[in-house]
This record gives sequence, structure tokens and C-alpha cells, in this order.
Amino acid sequence: MSRISTLKDMDRAAQRGLASLFPKKTKIMVGMATSGIASGAQGVYDALAAEIKAKGLDIILSKTGSMGLDAIEPLVDVLEPNKPRLSYSKMTPKKVPLLLDRLSSGAADAIKPAYRMDADDFLVQGEKKPYLKGKLPAGLKDIPVIQDIDFYKKQVKIALRNCGTIDPESIDEYIARGGYYSLLKAVADMSPDEIINDVIASGLRGRGGGGFLVGRKWQSCRHAHGDVKYVICNGDEGDPGAYMDRSLMEGDPHSVLEGMIIGAFAIGAHEGFIYVRNEYPLAVANLQCALEQARACGLLGKNIFNSGFDFDIKIVKGAGAFVCGESTALMASLEGKAGEPRAKYIHTVEQGLWNRPSNLNNVESWANVPVIIARGGKWFSGVGVRHSTGTKVFSLVGKINNVGLVEVPMGIPLKDIIYDIGGGIPGGKAFKAVQTGGPSGGCIPDKLIDLPVDFDSLWEAGSMMGSGGMIVMDERTCMVDIARYFIEFLVSESCGKCVPCREGVYRMNEILHDICRGKGKKGDVELLESMSKGIQDGSLCALGGSAPNPVLSTIRYFREEYDAHIRHKRCPAGVCRALIRYGIDKEKCTGCGVCARKCPVACISGEKKKLHAIDPGKCIKCGICMETCKFDAITVE
Amino acid sequence: MKKTVDEKTVRGIVKKYDGDKSAAVAILQEIQDEYRYLPKEALTLLGLEMGVPLSRLYEIATFYNAFSLTPRGKCMIEVCAGTACHVQGGFNLMTGLERELGIMRGETTPDGMFTLAEVRCLGCCSLAAVARIDGNIHPYMAQDEIPRILKNYRKQR
Repeated sequence: MSRISTLKDMDRAAQRGLASLFPKKTKIMVGMATSGIASGAQGVYDALAAEIKAKGLDIILSKTGSMGLDAIEPLVDVLEPNKPRLSYSKMTPKKVPLLLDRLSSGAADAIKPAYRMDADDFLVQGEKKPYLKGKLPAGLKDIPVIQDIDFYKKQVKIALRNCGTIDPESIDEYIARGGYYSLLKAVADMSPDEIINDVIASGLRGRGGGGFLVGRKWQSCRHAHGDVKYVICNGDEGDPGAYMDRSLMEGDPHSVLEGMIIGAFAIGAHEGFIYVRNEYPLAVANLQCALEQARACGLLGKNIFNSGFDFDIKIVKGAGAFVCGESTALMASLEGKAGEPRAKYIHTVEQGLWNRPSNLNNVESWANVPVIIARGGKWFSGVGVRHSTGTKVFSLVGKINNVGLVEVPMGIPLKDIIYDIGGGIPGGKAFKAVQTGGPSGGCIPDKLIDLPVDFDSLWEAGSMMGSGGMIVMDERTCMVDIARYFIEFLVSESCGKCVPCREGVYRMNEILHDICRGKGKKGDVELLESMSKGIQDGSLCALGGSAPNPVLSTIRYFREEYDAHIRHKRCPAGVCRALIRYGIDKEKCTGCGVCARKCPVACISGEKKKLHAIDPGKCIKCGICMETCKFDAITVE
Repeated sequence: MKKTVDEKTVRGIVKKYDGDKSAAVAILQEIQDEYRYLPKEALTLLGLEMGVPLSRLYEIATFYNAFSLTPRGKCMIEVCAGTACHVQGGFNLMTGLERELGIMRGETTPDGMFTLAEVRCLGCCSLAAVARIDGNIHPYMAQDEIPRILKNYRKQR
């Protein structure tokens, strides 16, 4: 890899990248993010490689990140010169020969693509580059264009601009799509203050949950006293139910690096750290690869773009502690200590890592920076709504048809995300609530379905933006159990430094466990509420301070479920094991006997082809009968 | 089989990081990768090599979830306890595994084959409920698949 130090060098790299993004021969791309691999993408990739070799085909095989719609993975994209890019969903090794036969013989499609892309959107440059040149080939007219797919229709991709399009291991492809041009612009044509002013003008707020203005933070750090300053990328995505940052680090690691280098130049830092979760091995590997490439090209290291600016980045792996997502705890962990937070009388931008000025931003915040520099803060602030500009990536998961990562403009109604993008609730069940903000957030009930999704509206509704987890719940989700789940999570993740969090959350957990076991008492809800107030006021860091949120928001919107558990010893959703009883529907049971064979305690009996029965005395309520019944005949009350 | 702790390995790891005290977490991770847990002898030796009190290493080792002070099985079963997995039946999956293996979460089977652990979100929320077994993610895992999956891993080892 040759050194890149001038605009000419950049253009050469971009030409190479374009040649591989729009190759002169057929190219096949396999979505190989963690979700793709878990769905079997590795097997598909291996089968493609073997078959291409065996048949001696002249086809380029490459890897890419995730396009977001995980429900249809493994995803294989085929790009023939001057034709639309075609995406084949749910690929298997068995389907590989069919696909390759089509490509080599030109025979009719034995398998149909899920959608096609006629052009590629080069967001950084603000232009479209066509895949399709000339007339649309016959037979592709029925294949929908990606922009017409419900899941993608209302999405706007800024942070995820390259995910699923480029090979994360190719710096040339990243450069071809406008990557590192923003860095060149920043160090060559802009002063640090101009960069900071542009980021302030963009209105970009921290995407990790805090929602603090990124530009203001940079400004404070720039003006903080001290010669040695640090920039840190928070990739400790600990919120359960959220994986936006994983997908970004896996699918487009250079965008994070570029954002950090621009930030470091503006702030005056020469050392940076990326703190990544231990649970994300592929993210670490792809970031490491990107770092090495950037170093080899001179985009990291000494004298970047001959500007005299030096900067380098180190990756540090976390070791599984949720609290390390908190800035001061993360910095303690970087110092090689137990990750305990400290009180923030002095902000980390003044005294952070090793007591030096440190600027920490989340992965998604960093990835937005290059676009802001390229297109201008004003352009960015035109996306989204006032006070919540730009887009936000959400992991739309749980009881929803189209599970996956979605990037939407801020302020979009929740309804659009759940029904238009998400395709509604599976099995015709009723939507009950959506949980946002992880253990610090809350549940938004169905009656607030028209709520615009932005920082302030979510906060007013008793939840928060958080890092972007959006877990959809239906009538079969118990809200008391959800509150108990989060509090139990926080008990085990509380670092134990301050009393309100360590003891208070522990006690709340005991009360919630009792309620779920049918041992709730009158006055428990009021006790939970008053304890919440004390914990919110008295805790040292945001983990404790926001810990009561899941309880308070479920009490606020689902008080009747608490009452059902406490007064009537009933779990209306049929989840809390101590309060439920499984039964068999007389009308639906066909007597197939599957449940009886699967039951681990042999408590289901009945003759073949006749109604079966469950012995409630022996039943351990493991739920396997319900999971395996094909006729939906198992009832729960 | 449990590996015995030898000084050369531990010294080698410390040397890789130049004995940097701020790399304590990374050094412990490498030691754990080597022995599948943090043996007491290795920690004692590490304390001497790095000039760090054993109590501080113990503090780190017990603070982070990734470390174990007791030997782990050959094959780690990590059940995701993320929110998406929870609403999609992750709790039933965990109790199913506990029943099938005859151990509770956090324990290792007597034959030293499996360790069952709960992990706070693997970031595969769209494939809930998931478990990671020996590094492989099993998507949409249901209770009735447990015996077949465990049998496969037993065969491999």
C-alpha cells in the first residue's frame, strides 16, 4: 500500500476503489457481518469460492457488511457490468450452483432476487452512480427496486452509508465513496475552530445516549488546559438489545477512524483509543485491519497529509462490564483498573484519562463526522428536526416482522418505524409497547404510537433515545417481568461503589421478584416509586441515576399489570411462571403427541389423535409444549 | 485437560506489553485465553512480574464478567440475556439448558465438557433467542434443539 499524502494520491486510490465497486466483470458479494455469519453466510461464501474455482469461472468474490435487514440473511449480491445490482435473500450452499449456472449460461433465474439496486447513492459526494446502464434487462421488471421495499422506503442512511456496500477490508472502496476526503479537507483547508463551528452548526448530538452537543464538547476539550489530550471512541455497546455500533465497526470501520482523526485534529489530540466490547470479536478484527491500512497509507501516524499533524489510535478490548459504557468508568478501564465511575465535579473534557483532557464520543457520532465536514453542518441540520438533527440508527428487534438495523431521520413517528419499516407484529398479535434506551430507558405504550422519535419527545414520554435499541413487545410480553429483567440486569452490573445504586437497586429487585412470584403486597408499587426517587437523586453516575426508569415507566403506563400481579395474583401476559398455568385447547389439539414427547417431565398424556391433557401438579412450566405445538393449541392463563 | 502454569508463558505475555500496568486487563485476557481461566499461580507470578499487588489483580479479575477464577469447561455455552432474547424466550432457553446439562448457570459439568454462562447481549438481537457455543452463534435457538446441538459438540471434542 503506497502512502497517501496529496489529493492526487487520494484520487488514485479512489479510482482503484471505483474499479472494484463497479468492476468490468461479474462480482459476487456476501454479507458477512456477525448476523450474516450466524445465519450461515460463511457456508455460502465457502460454497461460492469452491464452485467458482471448480468451474473455473471468472468471477470476483468479496465480502461486505450488513444491509440491515437481518430477517432475510444470508444475503448475496450479484453485480454484472452495466446491470442492476441484485440481492438474493436467504441463500444456502444448495442454492449456490443454481445462482452460478444462471450467471455462466445466462439461463432464466432458477432463484429470484429479493430486490435490485439500479444506482448507488454516494452520500458523501452527494451524487448517484448508476449500476444500470442502458435498458433494464427483460425479466428484471418484476423485481422491486430497493427504495420501494417497505423496510428501506423511509430510511435515510448517513451513518450506515457504506455498510453492506463496501468491503470493510478495502480502504480503496471506502475512499471511492468519498472516504478520507473530509479528512483532507479538514487538515488542508480548515482551521480547528472552523471544523468545530461546522460540527456545532450541524446540531449533531451524542449518539451514545447522553445527547450532548458533540461540537460543544469538542470546543470545551480544545480550550481545556494541557498539552496532552486524548480522543476516545466508545464502542462498549453494552445496552442489551442494541447492536448499531457493532454493525458499523464491522461494516465500515474506516468511517469511525476518519471521524476520530478529524476530531483529534480539531481538538489538538495526538493519541486516540477505541474501546470495544469483548463480545464483538469481528468488530475488533475489522477495526484492527482498518487501522493497519490507515497507518500503511500514512492516514494515521506522523505528518498526516503533510500537514504536520500526528495522530495514532489504539484498540482496547473491554472485559464484559456494562458500567464501562459510562465515560469515567471507561477511562478507568483504559487505565487498566476496575471500571468504576467517579463523580463528575470536573468534566472529562478537563480531566479524563490519566487526568488529562479527554473527548469521548460514541461510534455512531464519530461515523457521522466525515459527512458533516463534506456536506457542511447546515446540510446535516436540514435532516431531522430542530434540536434533534440528522438520523439515528435503531436496532428494531423483538416482536416485529422485519427485524434489523434501521436508520431514520430524527422526528419520524414511532408508528412509521413499527408498521411501515418494521411491518407490524408477527402472528396477528397486538402491539403493546416499545422499549428504548436500554436499562436506562423506558417503555413507550401503544397509545403513544404517534410520538415523534427524537431526543426530547422520548424524554418527555419517560424514556430516552439511549444508544438506539428498540425492542418491540406484544400482548405476550409481561411489563412487570420486563421491569424485573432490567433491574436484575442492573443489580449484576452495578459496580457497587455508591450505596443508593448498590443497595437500592438490589432491594427494588427483591420487591419485583416477589411481585412476579405472586408474593407482592399492597403498597409495593408506592414503595418502588419512592425508592426510585432516592436512587435517582443519590447515585454517583448515570447507571444508578437512570436505573429506576424501566420501573417508573412501566408503572406509569401499565399500572394495571402491577395490580393484577399483586392483587389478583395473575400475570395477564402469561409469562411469570409462578402465576401461570398451561392448558390445551380442545378445539385446536389434533392429538399429534409432539408436546407429550418433548415434555421433559412427562406431564402430558393422551391417546394418539385424541385430545391431550397437562397434569398441572407435575408441570414445571418450561414452555416447550407451547414452543413445539404446530397447531397453536397450548394455552396459558 | 488443565494446563499447568509455567513461568515462561506468563513472562512472555507480560513482556509483550512491556510490563505496562495500564495493560493489566489485556494481560489478564491473554492469560485467560491460554488457560481458559485465571489460575492462582499465574496471578501470583503476574503480580511479581508487573510489580502490582495481587489484591489489585484480584479486584480486576472479579470486577469484569469475562474473567473466571475457576477452571472452565472445554466448551463454553453462553446464553444471551439481552432484552430481545428475553422477550423471545431466552429465559426458557436458559432453564432448558440448565435442565439438560444438570447444572446451573455459572457452573461446569462434572466431566469438564461444558460451562454454562449467561452473557449480557451478544449483539445478535435480530436473531433472538441466541446462544454462543464454542464461539459459534446459534440463531433462533429453541429448547427442543438442545439435545441435538449438545450431542454435536460432544462428538467434535
